Order: sequence, then C-alpha cells, then structure tokens
Amino acid sequence: MSTTTARPAGGTGTQVPAWAPTGPLPGDASGRKRAAWLLAAVVVLVLLAGASLAVGARDVPLGTVWQALTVFDPTNGDHAVVHARIPRTVLGLLAGGALGLAGAAMQGVARNPLADPGIIGVNAGAALVVVIGIYVFGVTTFSGYIWFAFLGAATAAVVVYLIASLGRDGATPVKLALAGAALSAGLSSLMNVILVSSQDTLDRFRFWQVGGIAGRDWSVLLPGLPFLAAGALIVLLAGRILNSLALGDDIARGLGQRVVLSRAVTVLGIVLLCGTATALAGPIGFVGLVIPHAVRFLTGPDYRWVLPFSLTAAPALLLAADIIGRVVLLPGEVPAGIMTALVGAPVFVWLVRRGKGASL
Amino acid sequence: MRLDRTAVLAAAVVLLFFVSVLLGSYTVTIPDFFTIVANHLTGGAKIPGASFIVMENKLPRAVVGTMTGIAFGLAGALFQTMLRNPLASPDVIGISFGASAAAVVAIVLFGAAGAVVSGAALTGALAVAGLIYAISSGGKLRRTGRGNAAGNRLVLAGVGIAAALQAVVSFLMTRADIRTAADALVWLNGSLNSASWDRAGVLFLALTVLVPAVTFIAGPLRILELGDDAAAGLGIRVNTTRLILVAIAVSLAAVATAAAGPVSFVAFLSGPIARRFTGKASLPASAFVGALIVLAADYFAANLAPLLLGGTVLPVGVITGVLGAPFLLWLLVTANRKDA
Repeated sequence: MSTTTARPAGGTGTQVPAWAPTGPLPGDASGRKRAAWLLAAVVVLVLLAGASLAVGARDVPLGTVWQALTVFDPTNGDHAVVHARIPRTVLGLLAGGALGLAGAAMQGVARNPLADPGIIGVNAGAALVVVIGIYVFGVTTFSGYIWFAFLGAATAAVVVYLIASLGRDGATPVKLALAGAALSAGLSSLMNVILVSSQDTLDRFRFWQVGGIAGRDWSVLLPGLPFLAAGALIVLLAGRILNSLALGDDIARGLGQRVVLSRAVTVLGIVLLCGTATALAGPIGFVGLVIPHAVRFLTGPDYRWVLPFSLTAAPALLLAADIIGRVVLLPGEVPAGIMTALVGAPVFVWLVRRGKGASL
Repeated sequence: MRLDRTAVLAAAVVLLFFVSVLLGSYTVTIPDFFTIVANHLTGGAKIPGASFIVMENKLPRAVVGTMTGIAFGLAGALFQTMLRNPLASPDVIGISFGASAAAVVAIVLFGAAGAVVSGAALTGALAVAGLIYAISSGGKLRRTGRGNAAGNRLVLAGVGIAAALQAVVSFLMTRADIRTAADALVWLNGSLNSASWDRAGVLFLALTVLVPAVTFIAGPLRILELGDDAAAGLGIRVNTTRLILVAIAVSLAAVATAAAGPVSFVAFLSGPIARRFTGKASLPASAFVGALIVLAADYFAANLAPLLLGGTVLPVGVITGVLGAPFLLWLLVTANRKDA
C-alpha cells in the first residue's frame, strides 16, 4: 500500500488520521459560537467577582467598591469591608477554577462520568490527616489545617495512582476509579473511627468538613499559589492528550500518544489543583463533578473547549454560591461548600433533562 | 463449579451467623443456644441472663445483619450490572444520601430515634429514587439510540441529587448540638447497635417480596447487559425492564438502609468479590458475600474493636470501610483481567 494512508500503529507518527480531533478551522461557525459563549462566561465571572466584593451583611455601593480598590482610605469603614472581602473573592476564583479544571481532566483520565477530583482520594486523604491534626496535635485554625490537608491529599493521590498502576496494564481508567473509590472509603472510615470516639474532634472537624471560602486571609492563600499555577498549566496543556485518551487507550496509542506517561502527567496536574483547593477551602463537592458535565452540554466533548469553559464556569458557580450564602440566612452565613450544591443541583438537573444523553 | 462456589459462600454465611451469635464478648454453648430458642418459642423456662442476651441482642443483631448484607449485596450487583459501571452503587447514585438526609433531618430537627428514623430513611430513599428516575426518564429520552444513554442520565441525575443532599447533611451537622451530631454520625456510618426483632420482621417481609422478584428479573437483566439495542432486538422491553430493575434495586437498598443505616461499601464491594470468587457475575453469590461482609464486620465492631478502643462500640459501617478498602485494592492489584 502506498504512502497516503494514515498508519494505524506505532510510536513514530506525527502523522494524524483525518478523523483525529483537530483545532477548529478559522471560519468554523461552531468554534466562533463556542468562543462567544466563553466570552459571555468570562463577563459573568467578572460581574460575579464585583458582586462578591459588594454584597454581604453590609452592602457597599459599587461606586464605593471601585473607590476602595483604586484610592483606598483605611479610615473608611466601607473600604475596610471591601478589602476584607478581597481574599475570599480571590480564593473563590482560585479554588473554583482549580476544581473545575481538575474535575474535567479527571473525568477524561478516568474515562468515567462519575469520576470527580475526589475520586483519586484527595478529599478523603485531606480529611483524615486534618482529623489527625485536630485529634493528635490540637490544631484549630485554617492556616494550621492547610499543610495537614495538603499532605493528606497528596499522599492519598499518590497511593491511589501507585496502586492503580500495579499490574500489567498500568493505571487503566477502571482501576484508577476503583482504587480511588476504595481508598477514599477506607480513609473516611478510619477518620470516622476517630470521630466516633472523640466528640471534641468531631466538633471542630464538622466546620472544616463543609468547605467554604470565608475566613481565610492572605497567609492562607499565598502558599497555595505556586501549586495552583503549576497544576493549571499542566492540565490546560493536556486538552489534546485528553481528547485522544477519550478514544480509548489503544487508539490513543495508535495516534502516537504515550498513554502511560501522559496519563501520569495529567494526574499530577489534577492532584496539584484539587489537593491545593481542598487544602485552602476544605472539601467542596459538586463543582468538580458537575461543572464539566454542564459545560459539555455547551461545548461538546472536545477537551480543548471543556477545560477553559470549566475554568470559567466553576469559579462563577463557587462565587455565586458564596454570595447567595452570605445573604440567605442573615445574620449568619451558609458556607459556600453547602451552597454550591444547592445552587448548582437544580441547574444541573435541568441540563441533564434537556440534554441528549450526555456521554464522555 | 459455580454452584459449588456459591454453596461454599452460603455455608460460610451460616457458619459466620452462628459464630457471631454464639461467640464474642458473651459466649453461649450450642446446647444452651438450642434450649434458649426452643424455650423462647414454646414459652418454656428461660436461662437467666443468657436468654435475654441471645434473644434480645445477639440473635436479632445477626439476623438484621445477614438480611441487610443480602439486600445491599443484591442491590449493588443489580446497579453495577444494569448501569455497566463498577462505580455505580446505591451510595454513588444518591439513594443512600436520600436516606441519610431524611434520617439526619429527623434526628437533628425533630429529635427522632429508632423506628421513626428508619421510617424517615425509607421514605427519603424512595422519594429520592423516584425523583431521580423522573428526572432521567423525562425530556427527550425516547430512543436516543446510543448505547446506554438512559443509564448515563440516571447516573448523572443521581450524582447531582446526591451532591445536594450531602451538602444538606453536612450543613445540618454543623447546626446540630454536638451530642446530636455524634448520634447522627453513628447512624450515618451504618450501625447494627439498635437492631431489634421489629426491624428484623419488617426487613424479612420486604425480602420475601424482593428476593423472588430478583430471581424473576435475573434473566432479562443478563440480556440487557448486551446493550439496549441488542436487548430490544432480542425482544426485551428495555424501558419497562429497566424500570422494574431500578424499582427492585432501589427498594433493596432502601429497606437495608432503613434497618441499619448506609453501611458503606457492602453494595459496592459484593459484586466484584463475588465475581472474583465464582469466576462470573452472579447475583446469589453477591447476596451471600454481602451477608458475609456485614456479619464479619459487625462481629469485629461489636466484640473486638471495644478491646482496642477502650469500649467504644464502632458502627459496623466503619469496619466495612476500613477492612473493605484494602481488600478491594488487593483484588484490583491481583486481578489479571483488564476489567475489575
């Protein structure tokens, strides 16, 4: 046979079959439509960030918010309130974006719609080590929790990945998902051993458990930045890898993808993102699981669109949830970790209903 | 061959049942046991102490444990087969969270205990299951044609609802008085500590309806495994069959959760272990494995754990998680087939 046919196998290929996912053509109508949607999402996100600075127990007019940001006057009470809301808004953006990206990538790597960032054990690992921190070392503050949480998240993820990699085929999607689910369940049971026997620990832990972005200052946030940046870089560059992995390991290999290596690198990015997010904000469910599905209804399965959309939509959800949580039970607040699910679930259910059988 | 292995599992369940009734922190001899039961049934003389412990504590506990395990094992295997997803189990797709949320609401907001909590859990599980099914079967579902689209939608709807309900549970836990929260935590982990004959009776009635229903549906289920289109081609009414399957699996999970709380891992683990042990997917084997897991874990939780933890009787679900996880990991590592 002659040279024109695409070669089906072998690691040599820069040659790509015609049906392999390629970038949108310059005049591609759906590409332009998706870009417009993405722009709209970014605008919504910016508006929400503004609202997050303005809305709360003490409402600040938008003009004053702008003043507080540009010509800060420390003696002005409104300005001080706005400044106090900056870290939580930034954390909302960071943690939301991290969870959205990590969720989308996780579902691609595990090729399972039920996979969320928590499935590789980060939430359970972080929770267990935080409980140990409270129980054994008497830690009580958010800035005390972060390193415990990060240690637990990273260790659990590495263990899950190593276990899934054992055996002949390496970390196949099914093994990864099952190993993660198994280890998560085991770790949270260990955690419950402590919680059932120590009421004091339960009393502290239950407030970390709900997850939220309030009450963390810059000293909590800043250590997380380098981890988040590295993770985001890895995952955003992995769109093409995820597209070929979605076709199945064999086809991906045929496309010249080094399956084992690329999956390992992507998982590293995921761990950095969601491990840090969990360390900073506590376990926030729903966002990483559901945002990528919601996004797919708009973008279709192409990960080079799913990833940036998730990066925009997830923080929007988290900020919206946080804002609603501030005003819904005045004078108290409902943590963002609770509100994300309550705000997001109806929207998600609506998407599931009107969609045409979402699949990966 | 398969029958043999399944029989081995059944024998192991019986053995473990008697171990948990006769041995442990209070030992009963075999002749005593039969005397106690016979006298209890005929109204004869009681053996002081032993009669009470066996008839009011150990026996109902073992009976509820066995039936809970059977129900969870069957429910998990049904879900995993029907949805063709090893991660699908009642807890993942939201039914357990329905039960948990309703139970925690009952415990925290209304100070309920005992049978009221069970009733709330049952109602919650069934209501959530109905909601999930209504969501996933409405809209443009009809004849999407693609493989397992209906199953995927069921799973996605369940996942969304589960996340919302979990948030409700976490929030209520932060609002409750700490002692109430601790009680709720025990329930949330799944516990046989409050097993009683009432509960056993309800569970038994439910199983006498549901287990025959499972045997009735097992044949169509096997055909459904081939994919929606293939099954339709073979003359199976796919949507009706799936509705019946969902109803049976949900009811099994719901009655078990109502009796003992959401004992983690049993539904999730029974199918894979049974398949590993018998060499193929088998519903009866999954049921026996479920019973084995619950009985073994509860024996440990009630008799051995207090020795290590200064008297704390752990909820059985904690043990199923702690011991189940390494076991599943071991299965994964040693499995030489691609699909676990």
